[in-house]
Amino acid sequence: MTISRRTLLGSAAAAAALFQAPRAFAAGDPIVISSIYDLSGGLDVYGKPVGDMMEFAVAEQNAKGGLLGREIILKSYDAQSNNQLYAQYAKQTALSDKPAAVFAGITSSSREVVRPIFKKTNTLYFYTTQYEGGVCDRNHFSTGVTPAQTVQKLVNHSVKTAGKKVYIVAADYNYGQITSDWVKKFTLDNGGEVLDVEFFPLDVTDFGSSISKIQAANPDFVYSALVGGAHMSFYRQWKAAGMLGKIPLSSTTFAGGNEHIALPPEEYNGHLVCQNYLQELPSERNQQFVAAFHKKFGEDYPYITELSMGAYQAFLLWAAAVEQAGTIDRMPVIEALETGISVDAPSGKVTVDPATHHTIVDVHVAEARDRKLNLIEKFEQQPPADTAAVCDLIKNPDDNQQYVIEL
Amino acid sequence: MDFGLIIAIEILGSIAILVLISIGLAVVFGMMKVINMAHGEFIMLGGYVTIYGTNVAGLNIWFCILVLAPLVVGLIGILLEWLVVRHLYGRMIDTMLATWGISLAIVGLMTMLVGNTTTGISTPLPSVQVGSFSTSGHSFFLIALAVVIIVGLAALFKLTTFGLMARATTQNADMVAKLGGNPRRIYALTFGLGAALAGLGGAALAPVTGVIPTIGVSYIAKAFITVISGGGTVIAGNIAASTLFGTISQAFTYWYTPIIGEVALLVSAVILIRILPKGITGRFFKKAI
Repeated sequence: MTISRRTLLGSAAAAAALFQAPRAFAAGDPIVISSIYDLSGGLDVYGKPVGDMMEFAVAEQNAKGGLLGREIILKSYDAQSNNQLYAQYAKQTALSDKPAAVFAGITSSSREVVRPIFKKTNTLYFYTTQYEGGVCDRNHFSTGVTPAQTVQKLVNHSVKTAGKKVYIVAADYNYGQITSDWVKKFTLDNGGEVLDVEFFPLDVTDFGSSISKIQAANPDFVYSALVGGAHMSFYRQWKAAGMLGKIPLSSTTFAGGNEHIALPPEEYNGHLVCQNYLQELPSERNQQFVAAFHKKFGEDYPYITELSMGAYQAFLLWAAAVEQAGTIDRMPVIEALETGISVDAPSGKVTVDPATHHTIVDVHVAEARDRKLNLIEKFEQQPPADTAAVCDLIKNPDDNQQYVIEL
Repeated sequence: MDFGLIIAIEILGSIAILVLISIGLAVVFGMMKVINMAHGEFIMLGGYVTIYGTNVAGLNIWFCILVLAPLVVGLIGILLEWLVVRHLYGRMIDTMLATWGISLAIVGLMTMLVGNTTTGISTPLPSVQVGSFSTSGHSFFLIALAVVIIVGLAALFKLTTFGLMARATTQNADMVAKLGGNPRRIYALTFGLGAALAGLGGAALAPVTGVIPTIGVSYIAKAFITVISGGGTVIAGNIAASTLFGTISQAFTYWYTPIIGEVALLVSAVILIRILPKGITGRFFKKAI
């Protein structure tokens, strides 16, 4: 047998790798999980913090000895704000990595690209972003908040403090359109009136004419469901047109993409938001979590966003379910999650709602000011009432669709 | 009445934005018949020069917009002309491919340097009150800047030796060379001028839209549509096309929605090119520059 230089180097490397294998983990192959998020492109303001958080969550779990004594390996894919890449990576990871669970999707359109793929390949799927609600699919768990949890609280608060006439500006895809329908519904529930709704494609950057239209309509407050880096210009132009402070603005998307960090405070001070998680939450659990996160990513980390917290909570729930089931197999883990499993997360208690596969969480109305989100009002343990009204996976486990609000 | 006035201002602002994003491309295409696919990236660079000049280097924002950005981007343009474009004159498809490559490289480089996140800068101008409405003071700056650029370019081409030489080179570069001119230098300067104008446009728009390395893409389509529809003459064509498209898109944005506004712009461009294949100045204002 001849040993070439190449094979010698190869086997030496393999031997070295063998000796360096982590010894903290008792036995068994590593557990593979996948994440697909927009780590670059126009939606990276949302995706990058989520990517960092997945890394943090996996490292934290591995430091505790992994799961079931096995190391967790994260396969991370960058969909580059491109839904075609979502489809490609979803198939690739489901077929070749065979992950125990996949955490994927920023926009609702990307979710609807990957969800059928994971359903078909029997791959457990967590969608971790706040969204318009209504997805009913036993293979899918949603850990982001939905309109009944946040939009309703924010509309109620705004109608109470600002007045009954609202003007809605929203991103032009399924999230913006369905969310604006919910804003309409909650406004009407409050005896209010929607003056107009305007939709903007994700690449629109010039809002001058729309701001004039808003002035002509003269609403009591503006509700924004604008999404992405381009739409950030709206807030800037709103200030430049002298509207900041004249007409209050409420949004369930502002700050989700760190708008309150990227924009100078004098361009947004006073905007109202409603989120599951705020980095400023005073609880001890959160303070410890923020300290640990900053230790890994640095004190100057811009802000731990609500979207990234959704991913963290999804990971915690999945890990708890795996511990409870004693296996990473899909059905036992789903059944463990369906026992109404709950975890103590930095945002408060997070419980899986078995009927909808959504979560019951605390939500917080807050005011954006000087790069902080200051808590105004807390609503404890809000159920996903919107999805619960239409979706019952206990009765119909084979249901597989997204219900849409009908006005 | 106030609302009519505010609409008029928005329409003028929209026309000014089209002029600012397309005039650099018009100069390069009209004078040199080079299709510069990296034009959007020149706009993006202008925005970044302004933002970093102001936020990091602490320079005056007006100095950054009006002097630093066009200067820096113009020099980059001259450098790229010397490195790449000059080798490809007369080979239109090759130039497109090469400048497209430049565009991808600049986007990649800027993403590496500054990250793929939207950054911005606020306008120092206060809002302006028009009756019961208020609008951004920056719109007025954009309108004024577009007018100054148009007048300045017309003067440059009509009144200076460089303008004369540039126009002569456009018509017959060999003859200019035989008469003792230097077409190489003219081309380099014209390309630099186009880049500088793109940089100026990007700098002026930075406070409105914010900047991200990939923002060029959202400008380049509109810039091309404006230039192609304008036709062969640089200034008259650009004014005509910008006015037409700016008015149409804003009017439809008001009456309907921003989406319909964009659609109306594109549909009118398709119809226009079908009726006037050589652009507006292929039929009207032929004698203009």
